[in-house]
Amino acid sequence: MVLEQTITWHLACNTEDIPADGGACALIEGEQVAIYNFARRGEWYATQNLCPHRQQMALSRGMIGSTGAEAEPKVACPFHKKTFSLKSGECLSGDDYVIKTYPVKVENGQVFIGME
Amino acid sequence: MKKKIVVVGNGMVGYKFCEKLIAKDIAKNFEIIVFGEEIRPAYDRVHLSEYFAGKTVEDLTMAPSSWYAENNINLILSDPIVDIDRDAKTVRSHHGIVEGYDYLVMATGSGAFVPPIPGVEKDGVFVYRTIEDLDLMQNHAKKATKGAVIGGGLLGLEAAKALLDLGLKEVHVIEFASRLMPRQIDEAGSRVLQTKLETLGLQIHLNKNTQEIVGDGIIEAMQFADGSRLDVDMLVISAGIKPRDEVARVAGLEVGIRGGIVVDNALQTSDPNIFAIGECALAHHMIYGLVAPGYEMAEVVATKIVGGEKEFMPFDMSTKLKLIGVDVASFGDAFIEEPNAQTIVFENSAKGIYKRINISNDGKYLLGGVLVGDAEQYNMLLQNTKNKTILPPDPEDLMLGARGGSEGGASGVMALPDEALICSCEAVTKGAICHEIVENKVTTLDGIKKCTKAGTGCGGCVPMVKDLINETMKSQGVFVRNILCEHFDYTRQELFDLVKIKGYKTYNEVLDNLGKGDGCEVCKPAVASIIASLWNEMILEKGNATVQDSNDRFLANIQKNGTYSVVPRIPGGEITPEKLIVIGQVALKYNLYTKITGGQRIDLFGAHVSDLPEIWEELVNAGFESGHAYGKSLRTVKSCVGSTWCRFGVQDAVSFAIEVEERYRGLRSPHKLKSAVSGCTRECAEAQSKDFGIIATEKGWNLYVCGNGGVKPRHAELLATDIDSETCLKYIDRFLMFYIKTAEPLTRTAPWLDKMEGGINYLKSVVIDDVLGMGETWDAEMNLLVEAYKCEWKEVVDNPELRKRFTHFVNAPKVKDPNAKFEPMREMVKAAEWK
Repeated sequence: MVLEQTITWHLACNTEDIPADGGACALIEGEQVAIYNFARRGEWYATQNLCPHRQQMALSRGMIGSTGAEAEPKVACPFHKKTFSLKSGECLSGDDYVIKTYPVKVENGQVFIGME
Repeated sequence: MKKKIVVVGNGMVGYKFCEKLIAKDIAKNFEIIVFGEEIRPAYDRVHLSEYFAGKTVEDLTMAPSSWYAENNINLILSDPIVDIDRDAKTVRSHHGIVEGYDYLVMATGSGAFVPPIPGVEKDGVFVYRTIEDLDLMQNHAKKATKGAVIGGGLLGLEAAKALLDLGLKEVHVIEFASRLMPRQIDEAGSRVLQTKLETLGLQIHLNKNTQEIVGDGIIEAMQFADGSRLDVDMLVISAGIKPRDEVARVAGLEVGIRGGIVVDNALQTSDPNIFAIGECALAHHMIYGLVAPGYEMAEVVATKIVGGEKEFMPFDMSTKLKLIGVDVASFGDAFIEEPNAQTIVFENSAKGIYKRINISNDGKYLLGGVLVGDAEQYNMLLQNTKNKTILPPDPEDLMLGARGGSEGGASGVMALPDEALICSCEAVTKGAICHEIVENKVTTLDGIKKCTKAGTGCGGCVPMVKDLINETMKSQGVFVRNILCEHFDYTRQELFDLVKIKGYKTYNEVLDNLGKGDGCEVCKPAVASIIASLWNEMILEKGNATVQDSNDRFLANIQKNGTYSVVPRIPGGEITPEKLIVIGQVALKYNLYTKITGGQRIDLFGAHVSDLPEIWEELVNAGFESGHAYGKSLRTVKSCVGSTWCRFGVQDAVSFAIEVEERYRGLRSPHKLKSAVSGCTRECAEAQSKDFGIIATEKGWNLYVCGNGGVKPRHAELLATDIDSETCLKYIDRFLMFYIKTAEPLTRTAPWLDKMEGGINYLKSVVIDDVLGMGETWDAEMNLLVEAYKCEWKEVVDNPELRKRFTHFVNAPKVKDPNAKFEPMREMVKAAEWK
C-alpha cells in the first residue's frame, strides 16, 4: 500500500525577511511557525515557535548553531537555553521534548512552508 | 492480584516510603493507600521555620497531590486512621472509610510533648509542629511583643528563631537544665552558643522550672519555681516530642514504656504484617528524631516489601544545623572524654567559635566532636570519623583547616574511601557519585542531583558533591583548559587577544578563521561581547544581530510571557519632573507595568516587541537613552544624595555618580557591571556591594572593587584611599580594562578576583603600580571606547531597516503575539504565570 501524503505549500515571507543565521516567526493558517535562515550553510529550516519547556512563543528569537561531529543544526530557546535539533525536532539538552518541524522551499526569493 | 499497602501518616518519612516503594516496585505489584491527618500533602518539617522567613507552603511541599495521582497512590487527607482490626487486617478512618491491607506501615510521626503545667490551655500558648500551628502563631504574633519558648533544645531554639522572624521585640528561652542543647553539645559548647545567641537578641534563662502560666483566659506571665516571674504575651512549648503511638497501642501492638511502637531490625512490630517507621517507631530502644534515619527506615521497609533483604542498624545521629545564623554540629561520640579518649579543644569567645574533637588514645582515629559557630569542617570530620581514616600527625588541622600549607580543602574528599556516605539523607556514597562522573560523564551538580538524588535532602552535602565533581574531573584530566565551547579551542582571553590582533569585526570572520562548525548559543554571545568590548560598534550591524542573546538582539529584557521590559538610563538616579512625566505617559499609552528597580531607575514591563521602536522613539525624543539593562555591560551607578542636600555628606555623590555612569555607559564586558557612589561613610548607596564602589572621604574618595550582591554576596575590597576624582577614574579605567581582557565569559568581578593569584594585592599592583606596564595602553583604549559611545536605541529609532526587525510575525507586522498573556495585579498587570 502506498501512503499518500498531501503537502500544501504556504507562502510565508520573502527571503530577506529572515535575518542571516537567525530566525523569525510567521503566522500561517493560525499557527506560529519559526523560520530559520541558516545562511552559513545555505540551508533553511522551520519549526513550531512554541518552546515546550515553559510554553513560550520564542524559538524564532533563539540563536542557531550546530553541535557534534555530524554538525546537527540546532536552535536554543532564549528563555532557558533548551536546544532542539532543526532536523528532527528532538530536544538536545537532555529532556524528552520533541518539537514539530516543517519542510521549507525557497523559490524566486520567496519562502514557502509545507503543511500536511 | 495486587497486594495492598496502607500507609498511616503522610509526613516526610511516610512520603519518602511511597517514593522509594514506587521506585522499587517495577512490576507494579503493589497498590498504595495513604491516610493523612493534616489537610495538605507531606511537607518539609525540617525547614518549617523558613515559613516565617518567606517560604510558601508550595516551597515546603515534598510533592504535590498530582504526584500521588500520577503514581496511582490513593491519598486521603484530613482523615486519620482511628482503629486497626488486626484479625480482619483492616483499618478504619475517622470518617468511617474501612480499608483492607496486606501490609500496614505506621508512619504517624510524633507530636509535641506538653508538660502538665497549670495554664497550658490558655490563649497565646502554642506548640510548633505543623503549618496550622504556624498560622495560629502568626495571627497571635500581630498583637504580641514579648514571647517565650519553653525548651532550649534543638526544636526550642528553632521556635525561638520563628518568634524573632515574627517580629517580637523580646524573645526569651526557658530551659529546665543547666545548658542549651544538652543532647547534642557539651557544656563548654553550650556556653559559647548561649553567648552568641544572646548577642543576637535572645534572652536565655537556664535552671528555670515553669510552675504556672498566669493570665485571665489569655497568657500574661510565667511563674517559676524559684519565685521569679516573667511577663509575656505569647508562649511556645517545645519541650520535646512524643511518638504518636495511640492507635497502635489500642490495637495491642507492643509499645515502649515512654512511648514508641517497638520494632525489630526489620522494623516489624509485634505483628509481622505491620511496620513502623520514623518518629513513631522505637528501634534499638530509642526514638530517632532526625529525618535521615527516618528515610533509612523507609528504605528498609520498601526493600523488605518488594522481597529484598535489608536491616535497620543503629544509626549515626551526627547533625549539623544553622540556628539563628549560628552553625552547630555534633558528630560521632561527641561526649567521650579522658581517660577513654584525648580531646582537643579550640575556643575563640570573641568570635563565638568553639570546636572540640575527640581522638582515640593511640592518636590514630577520630571518634567524634562538637562544633559551634563555624562548622565548615563538619563534612570532612564526619567522614573521617565514620570511615576510621588514619589521622594526620597534627589532627587539629582537621578542625581548624589547613593554615598556610599547600593542602587544599578539596584534596580531602579524594582521600575518602568509595563507601564513604556523602549524602546521608539519600544514602549516596562517594563511589556512586564518582561512578556517574567517570562512567556516565555527569559533570554538573544538577546532573548528579538528578541521577543519584545526592544533595536533594537537607542540602548540607552540596559543597562536598561539588568538590567531588571538580576533583574527579581534574584527576581524569578533563577540562584542563577552559575552552569556550566545541567550536573554539581557545580560552576567552586567548580569543580576545587574537580578535584584537587580527582586527576581526564580525562573528562569522572570527568563526571562519579561528573556529569550526556553525557556532552555538555559548560562543556566539561570548564572541559578540569580545567584539563589542574591543570596538564598541553598534551591536546590531554587520550581521552581528543574530549572534546576540535575545536581550541584546532586541535591546530589551525578555520577560515571562515573551514581552520585553524597557529601562531608560537615569544616571545616578537623578531625574527631572518633566522626564518622570514622559515615563508615566509612555507607560499609560502602551499599558506597561512600572516599577522602581534596585538600581534607582524605572523599569517598564510588558512591551510587545513590535511596540519597542515606538516606545523608544518617544523616550529618545524626550532626552532618554538606552539603559543597557539587557546587556552584559554597565548597568547603573547608584548614588545617595551627598553633600548637596544631606547634612552628613562630605562630597557631591550624585554629580560624581553621573560622571562615572556617563563615562562607562554602553561598555560591554564579560558580565554585567554595577557601581555606586556614597557621599559619606554611612554608605547609603551600598557601594561596597558593587563591582566598583566609591565612598566619599573628607579628602576625596575611597575606591572599592569586586563586590557583589547576587547569588553569592561578597563585600568589595579597598583598592585605593583618599584619591581625587581624576585618579579615581583612571584606576577604574585600568581595573575595567584588566577585567574585560582576562575574565572568563559570564564571570562577575568578584569570582574573577577570587580566582586571581595574589588576590587584591596583585590587583593593586596592576592598577596602581602598573607592574604589567599596560597602564597607558589601557587608558588610551578606554578613551577610544568612551568616545565611540552611541545610544543603541537612538540608532535603531533612526534606522528604518533596523526598525523592521522588531516584529513578532514577519508576514503580519501589525499583529501582536496572541500568546503574550497578562493578568491583572493591583492597579496594573503582570505576565501570566507559566506552566
